[in-house]
Amino acid sequence: MAAVHGDAHGHGHDDHHPSGIMRWVTTTNHKDIGTMYLWFSFAMFLVGGTLAMGIRAELYQPGIQILEPELFNQFTTLHGLIMVFGAIMPAFVGFANWQVPLMIGAPDMAFARMNNWSFWLLPVAATLLVGSFFVPGGAAAGGWTFYPPLSTQGGLGVDLMIFAVHILGASSIMGSINIITTILNMRAPGMTLMKMPMFVWTWLITAYLLVLVMPVLAGVVTMLLTDRHFGTSFFNAAGGGDPVMFQHIFWFFGHPEVYIMILPSFGIVSEVIPTFSRKPLFGYSSMVYATASIAILSCVVWAHHMFTAGMPTVGQLFFMYATMLIAVPTGVKVFNWTATMWRGSMTFETPMLFAIGFIFLFVIGGFSGVICAIVPIDIQVQDTYYVIAHFHYVLVSGSLFALFAGAYYWIPKWTGRMYNETLGKWHFWLSMFFFNMTFFVQHFLGLAGMPRRIPDYNLQFADFNMISSLGAFGFGLTQLLFLYIMINCIRSGEKAPQLPWDGATTLEWTHLPTPAPYHSFENPPIVK
Amino acid sequence: MVDKELEINIVMMKKLLVFSLIMFVFGYALVPFYEKFCEVTGINNLLQPDVLVKDNWVDEERWITVEFDANTRGLPWQFKPLQSSARIHPGQPVNVMYEITNDSDREINGQAIPSYSPRFLDKHLKKFECFCFTKQVLKPNETRQMPVQFVIEPSLPADIQTVTISYTFFELPDGVSAVKK
Repeated sequence: MAAVHGDAHGHGHDDHHPSGIMRWVTTTNHKDIGTMYLWFSFAMFLVGGTLAMGIRAELYQPGIQILEPELFNQFTTLHGLIMVFGAIMPAFVGFANWQVPLMIGAPDMAFARMNNWSFWLLPVAATLLVGSFFVPGGAAAGGWTFYPPLSTQGGLGVDLMIFAVHILGASSIMGSINIITTILNMRAPGMTLMKMPMFVWTWLITAYLLVLVMPVLAGVVTMLLTDRHFGTSFFNAAGGGDPVMFQHIFWFFGHPEVYIMILPSFGIVSEVIPTFSRKPLFGYSSMVYATASIAILSCVVWAHHMFTAGMPTVGQLFFMYATMLIAVPTGVKVFNWTATMWRGSMTFETPMLFAIGFIFLFVIGGFSGVICAIVPIDIQVQDTYYVIAHFHYVLVSGSLFALFAGAYYWIPKWTGRMYNETLGKWHFWLSMFFFNMTFFVQHFLGLAGMPRRIPDYNLQFADFNMISSLGAFGFGLTQLLFLYIMINCIRSGEKAPQLPWDGATTLEWTHLPTPAPYHSFENPPIVK
Repeated sequence: MVDKELEINIVMMKKLLVFSLIMFVFGYALVPFYEKFCEVTGINNLLQPDVLVKDNWVDEERWITVEFDANTRGLPWQFKPLQSSARIHPGQPVNVMYEITNDSDREINGQAIPSYSPRFLDKHLKKFECFCFTKQVLKPNETRQMPVQFVIEPSLPADIQTVTISYTFFELPDGVSAVKK
């Protein structure tokens, strides 16, 4: 971020701020905080990615070579927790911090000081999570969903994980209160709700989902904590509790959570596709309603994660049909993106490539989701690699690809410099190739019955696992290329033109200089 | 102007904080709701004694073996059935006694949790009396006998010849109540 700092002198008195480390510790500027969120999430992405490399290295061959089973379980558990709570979610909050005020013409977030707190809670939680590897007994090892009884039996690592989840939850709740207030109260005059950019809409709905379900997660981990240390028996059958109840409460949070991780990426893609198709977004209002209906439906489908946990047939049917219903608004979105591209003057810069890659692969992940929603099939594929393949298609080639698209799309606005287009395209094509190499074969492994979370496997699975591991190593290395591209762009990228993407129409491109000055929209723009 | 804007924002923040708090309480409210829901719909019905269907009959053509199993987990009790198995006709009422003895020199609270094999046995098993899910307090060296009364309905699939009814006693720490009614 040296470049932002260096360029700042061109903009006069607007850009005064403390320098050095204290600038970042005390900052209340939405752009600084957004930047910190993005760097933090990328650092966590590398940590979680390293764990994934460990998992795939162990699974490269049958037998136990590198990780003892206990450590392997810690790796899978912490990989999930760190990627979900440390990488994907903070990255989207980073985008919200940078982009929401710029896109609605607000000078900053509504509660600037609280914004600073919500960021600085994250490194604390991350330290607890990563540090839990080094306590006696090691990190939590019962899976990222921390089902009891494993999570009530684990050691100190589980307690550290519980506290980390508490802190991350508090940070998310503060962040979403900030975002909701900013969007509802601080829009520029003339910007009605139905004129807001799609990215802002998706974040508004996401933030509401967060305040709806994060407190429930906080509640359920608190129950776990009191079960572990204070003699309650919420989930302990011996004391009259019920471990299946944990799954119900957890997934009441957990299913909206997966939409929390995908809705903002729908928003990013809905900005990128119109820009590079040079056409307005097709079916804007249907897009808004589709997002809202996905959010509402996401709250009544949680038990599709528990079809094998024991449930009356009526319940299974309800959750099956409700889950399949989500495919309808999602289909509306995919249709709208495709229709936006139809007969547009399309160009294929890196953000557009990632957005199209997103649509392509997210649809595959969506369809395997519909397959998993069907009860008899789910009973077959529950806890197999088919499920792993499904949710990596929606979380990696869904959420993560959209994050890449957004980063390439907005980096000129943030830094005033262009990234290297050739390297960007390499990043896309290598990611695309290695991603599919890693995860497509896992569909076959899952259908053949390979269970997840097990460090060893039957010999019949060996070839596909080797392919998958090689793909994973390639995918991991490719992301270092992304780091290089971004650092290269920030330090020595070519100077970006005022409007690097000629199809861009949102406020940050039309009403602000490039790079965006440290203080923007102190006088709100008028939106017609 | 700026102050007024801040005031509106703070009102909004308070509303959202209250909403988050309500959702936190809602998470806890799911616990009694879950228990009530299971009770009303008859899922996980642990405490009400079962009622025998009116047209129950005894299938005298068939014999099944019922094995009784008893375990303790983490408490110094002896726990055993007075007979290890019974050979019965489906539909015929069965009475079996279990015995617990506290071998330690302190008073201990315990509670037993049942388990069946095959797993779907619970669909065909009607229990009229059982000690499971109720707190048992045993003084040092006290011994108690507890009856279990049940019927295995003739609807049990014909290929099942042996079933197992198993109980495990867990210690209930002080202050923890047994399953609430």
